[in-house]
Amino acid sequence: MNTALLAMYLLAAPAAPKHELPPAKNDGVVIGMCDGQTSLEVEKAPDTREDGQKVSNQLMAEWKKKNPNARWDVAQVNTGTAAQQPAAKKTEGASAAAPAAPGTTARAGHTYGAFSERDQQIWKASTDAAIAEGKAVFHDAKKLGGTVSISCDMCHPDASNTHPETYPKYQVQLGRVALLRDMINWCIENPVRGSPLADDDPRMKAMEAYLYAQRKGVALEYGKH
Amino acid sequence: MPKSIETKHYEERAKFFDDLRRLDRRGFMRVAGLSAGIVAAKGLVTPQSFQLIEVADAATTPPSKPKFTFAYISDTHLYDRKANDRFVRSILKAVDDVNRLDPQPDFVLFGGDLAQLGQKEELDLGAQILKGLKAPVRMMVGEHDWFLDMGARWRELFGQPQYSFDHKGVHFVTLMSVNEKDFWTAPGYSPMERMKIVAGLDDGRQSRFEVGPEGRDWLKADLAKVDKKTPLVVFSHSPLYKYYRNWNFWTEDADDVQALLKPYQSVTVIHGHTHQLLTNRIGNISFHGMLSTAWPWPYAPEGLPSLTVQMNRSDPFSNFDGCGDGRIDVLESGLVDKLYNLWERDPVTVRASYLASGKDDRPPATKLPSY
Repeated sequence: MNTALLAMYLLAAPAAPKHELPPAKNDGVVIGMCDGQTSLEVEKAPDTREDGQKVSNQLMAEWKKKNPNARWDVAQVNTGTAAQQPAAKKTEGASAAAPAAPGTTARAGHTYGAFSERDQQIWKASTDAAIAEGKAVFHDAKKLGGTVSISCDMCHPDASNTHPETYPKYQVQLGRVALLRDMINWCIENPVRGSPLADDDPRMKAMEAYLYAQRKGVALEYGKH
Repeated sequence: MPKSIETKHYEERAKFFDDLRRLDRRGFMRVAGLSAGIVAAKGLVTPQSFQLIEVADAATTPPSKPKFTFAYISDTHLYDRKANDRFVRSILKAVDDVNRLDPQPDFVLFGGDLAQLGQKEELDLGAQILKGLKAPVRMMVGEHDWFLDMGARWRELFGQPQYSFDHKGVHFVTLMSVNEKDFWTAPGYSPMERMKIVAGLDDGRQSRFEVGPEGRDWLKADLAKVDKKTPLVVFSHSPLYKYYRNWNFWTEDADDVQALLKPYQSVTVIHGHTHQLLTNRIGNISFHGMLSTAWPWPYAPEGLPSLTVQMNRSDPFSNFDGCGDGRIDVLESGLVDKLYNLWERDPVTVRASYLASGKDDRPPATKLPSY
């Protein structure tokens, strides 16, 4: 897959489906839910957190009424340190992490509905294509926009020593907190002597895909030096 | 021609330490005082750094006067000057370093990978820059020099890649250890495609490095003339052992080559390719890596020899960090002390005594090992 194709794949891919809201019946404001179906009308758009929460609760109650058997995973509160976090609750029924057994078409009661083995194969192939494109960019000074024939792999074979799992972190040499893409751009500007890529540049996305893929299984440890 | 201040300084320094090796405690105190007096008399406010620290070191270390030294520059990976000036500045820095050594080394080993893609203009540029060295140069070939034209231009410039010579009682052998089995004919790769595949450290389409049967036959014949007590020093671009296969930090027929070296009492292998501080010992054979002037490689994810004390993780924000050149002091035993002259860091010496004991004189450990 070349960069142009990848751009189509990543950027020109069909836009995420948008929830078409029904028109307001009583001159109010219609607010939709993320399921793409449920909505309600209020007199005016809520302008405090409390009012917003009320609307949100109403929508949720409506959804639960429509899906009495659906499992709803309560998100972990993820603001404390790892030690303070409660262990994820085991829910009954199929585990969310378990892949569908071959031939099965649904995971009972899951919010995201059914997917098949074929779906998973397509997802994997798409992900692998993005990673492969990232590898190609990483190894090619021209694709990187470099001007001195230096590519990333010359110092980072197999993306070694890029440690994407350590970002975000305070990058002492920059004097600020950096994301992985900040460091990718730093390398592109300096050793590679090219121009920094936009955050949504398909090459940037693809390289991030490649770097993370190379560290599969390594614990996420943001802030590590 | 009058000597520069720097030359005088190093001459004084060398004499000072030479004298120290022959001293008892009493004499040591006298010389130490004398040197301080000289410094004071010259009106220098700050005593030179070697005065106290190294005196103490010299007083406790048994004398092992080098018989001779040679320097190295390695893995310069030159592109044409117009394509990339960074690597050109780096090799020039190394040439300056080596030319500043006083006394001058007996010769300078060039450790291979002079060029990045084996092109004529790259090799010619390198040959021209190396002519700036004051000491004679011994050339070794690397895979980056070879796989465009299978060594044609390199041989025109520097001769055969395998040769041996004797120097002050040591037998030196330079091997061509970056041969690869033909991976290019069947898929129909062009010479430049072949070169670029080999130049990609993590490009799995290539074969693994080897000395090969012909090279080993040559080595066997060459060593047949050499007494088993004669110290051997072997130059090889690849490590001559098996460290990490995926990056060709590896020599496929390492076991066979090591078997040929085994009967000799003292064997040292100096190798390039790995761009890092790297130490190993297998039986009677000591192995030392060389630094690159162009870029450092990370340590491989597995296979690192346990004797290796890693160099500090290099700072990507520095052009030169993790790179450098170095010097090899051949001791009377025929073993060597290997100095890694890391640019922008303290130099590190890996001593023969460390390799022999596995623990004495251990080089200082890094605070920041590889991820």
